[in-house]
Amino acid sequence: MSRLEALAQPAEAATNREFLRSVFASMLRARILENKLSSLYKAGKIVGGVYLGRGQEAVSATLGTALIQGRDFFAPLIRDQAGRTAFGEPLIDCTRTYLGSVEGPMRGRDGNIHRGRPGQGAPAMISHLGAQVSVVAGMLFARRLKGDLDGRVGATCIGDGATSTGSFHEGLNLAAVERLPLVVVVGNNQFAYSTPNDRQFACADLVERARGYGIGGFSVDGTDLLACASVLTEAVRRARAGMGPQMVVARLLRLSGHGEHDDASYVPGDVRDGHYGRDCVEVAMRQLVENHFATIEEIRGWQEKFAAEVQRAVAQAQQEPAPDPYREKWTALATRFPLANPTPSQPVFP
Amino acid sequence: MSITYIDAIREAQLTLLREDPRVFLYGQDIATFGGAFKATKGLAEMYPNRVFDCPISEDAMIGLAVGAAIEGMRPIVEMQFADFSSIAFNQIVNQAATHFYRTAVPVPITVRLPSGGTAGSGPFHSQSMEGIYAQYPGLIVLTPASVSDAYHMLIDAVGLNDPVIYCEHKFLYRWLKAKTIHNDHLPIGQARIVRTGKHATVVAYSAMVHEAVRAADRLHHDGWEIEVVDLRSVKPLDIDTVLASVARTGRLLAVGEAFPWGGVTAEVVARVAGEGFHLLDAPPQRLNARDTPVPYHPQLWAAHRPTPESICEALRKLLAF
Repeated sequence: MSRLEALAQPAEAATNREFLRSVFASMLRARILENKLSSLYKAGKIVGGVYLGRGQEAVSATLGTALIQGRDFFAPLIRDQAGRTAFGEPLIDCTRTYLGSVEGPMRGRDGNIHRGRPGQGAPAMISHLGAQVSVVAGMLFARRLKGDLDGRVGATCIGDGATSTGSFHEGLNLAAVERLPLVVVVGNNQFAYSTPNDRQFACADLVERARGYGIGGFSVDGTDLLACASVLTEAVRRARAGMGPQMVVARLLRLSGHGEHDDASYVPGDVRDGHYGRDCVEVAMRQLVENHFATIEEIRGWQEKFAAEVQRAVAQAQQEPAPDPYREKWTALATRFPLANPTPSQPVFP
Repeated sequence: MSITYIDAIREAQLTLLREDPRVFLYGQDIATFGGAFKATKGLAEMYPNRVFDCPISEDAMIGLAVGAAIEGMRPIVEMQFADFSSIAFNQIVNQAATHFYRTAVPVPITVRLPSGGTAGSGPFHSQSMEGIYAQYPGLIVLTPASVSDAYHMLIDAVGLNDPVIYCEHKFLYRWLKAKTIHNDHLPIGQARIVRTGKHATVVAYSAMVHEAVRAADRLHHDGWEIEVVDLRSVKPLDIDTVLASVARTGRLLAVGEAFPWGGVTAEVVARVAGEGFHLLDAPPQRLNARDTPVPYHPQLWAAHRPTPESICEALRKLLAF
C-alpha cells in the first residue's frame, strides 16, 4: 500500500492532514495554472479554446488523489485540471498542449483538454460526451482478462449534460453487467453549456439513476472539500473492494463560462450568489486553516511556489517549436502497406 | 468434405484464440448461443473466459474494445449486423480511428460486420458500410470474397496494429464453399486477379466478385474476355493492380453493392481517371445498388443490387463505346 493509498482510507480521509493537504495543493496548483491559461487566452496566445474547471477543483482533485498513479486509470473530462494534477500529470503536458508545442503528448495533433497518455493509465478524451465510460471499462476488463486487475480502479468524470447521452448509459450499464471497479463522478454544475438541469433530465436527483443501473450511488456537496474527501474515497474504496461500479454525483456550480469565450450570462444571479456559487478553493482553505491542517503562511508559500512553477511551464512551452507540416507524417495508420499506395491527397500525374 | 465462408471465419477465430492469448471475442449472443449466424459456435465452450455475450450496446462494445486494446489486448467485436454498427459509429470513427494519430498509442481492434443483402432481409439487415468506414482516416477496411481470404484476412486483421473493419458478406456465409483453405494467401493491401481477360476490367469486392465472374462467364459465350479484379481490401486500395489491368483492357467497370453516392466504386473510378487516364479507351463506369434503402421483398431486392444481368448490360455498353 502506497503512502497516499494508506491515507485515502475513507473513515479518516476527511480528517487526515496529509491527504487533505495533498488534495488542496492540487486544487491550488490547478487554479493558478488555469488563471494563467485564461490570461493567455485573452492575450491571444492559446491555440484553440480554453476550458476551465473553476469551482470543480475539490471534487476533481479529491478523485485524482484517491487514485493511485501507475496502477489506477483516470479518464478526465474538460474540467479536471485539478484531478489531472493530483493524478500526477506534469504541468508541462498542459502548457505544451495549450500553447501548441510539438513536444507535448499530442504533438500538435490534438489540443487543450484532449490530451492524455493512454499507455500510462490516462486516456485522452474525445469531444463526444459519455464515450470515455466504456473505454475505461475496457481497460479494466483487459486487466481482469490478464489476471492483473489486482485492486485496480478506473475512474472517469462527466457533467450533468453528458448523463443524457446514449454512450453514458451504454457504458455504465455495460460496466455494471461486467461488475467492473469503475468510479463515475458526475459533476452536476447545473448547466450543460447554457442548458439548465430542468431541460436536461426529469429525475429529482441524478444519483437516483445509480439504483437503476444496479450500482453504488453517492451524492456530495462538491464545494465542500471535507465532504468530497469522505465520499469520494469511500466510492473508490468500494470499487477497489470488488463492489462493482460506483457513481458519485457532486452538486456544484461552474465558476466560469463553458469555455473562456463564454461569459455564462445565462446563470441567474441568485444561483451565482447561492450556496453552490461559493468558491471551493476558498472553502477548502478555510477548512484547512480552521482544522489546523495548514497555516495561512504555508498556503501563501504554496501559492508563490506554484505560480513560479506555472510560469516556468508556460515559458518553456512558449520557447518550443510548433509542429512542422513539412515534417509531419501524414498518416493515421500504424501499419505500413508497401504494396498499396496511400490515398493521394495531392494530384498525381502519371 | 468442404468448408464454407462462415466456417472459415469461425476457424480463424478458433486459431486466434488458440494461438494468441491477447485475443478475446465480444458480441451479442456469441457465447453459448454461438452467434446469430453461428460464427462463434462452440468457441465459448472451448474458451469460456474469452468469449463473451454483451448487452445490446454497440457504442459501449467498441468503447470497451478500444480500452482493452490500449491495455494490450486484441479484441474481436462481432456486430450482429453491419447495419447496427451505426450505433457504434462514434466510437469507431472518433475514438478508435483517431487514436493512434492523436496519441501514438495503437488500438488494434477488429470489428466484424456481417454485411450485404440477402433476400427478405430488408432495410436494416442488409447494408454495406465499407465505403462509409473507408472514408475515415485511421481505419483499415477488408472485404474478403473467398473462403481462404475469409480465413487468412481475419487472422491478418487481428495481427495489424490498427482498427480493422472486417466486412464479411452474409450471402457468402453458407453459399460459398471450398475444398480447403489454401495457404497461398496474399498480403493485406494486394488485390487479386480472379479471372484474366483483355477486353474490359471489372473491379469488384466481396459478394460482387462472384456476380462479376458470372457476368464474365456469360459474355465469354459472345467472345468477350473480361478481367475481374477482386480488391480484397478496399482500404488500403491496391490501385496498381487495377491500373495494370486497365492498361491491358482499356476499359473499367467498378461494381459494388453499397449505395451509389460516393463510396468504393467512385474512389476506384476517380483514381483510375486521375492516374490512368491515358490507359482508357472508354469512360470509366460504375455500377452500384440503387439509391433507395435496401428493399424487403426478394423481387425488389434482386433488382436493387447489381446482378450478373445488370453487370452484363453495363459491360456491353462499355464494350460498344
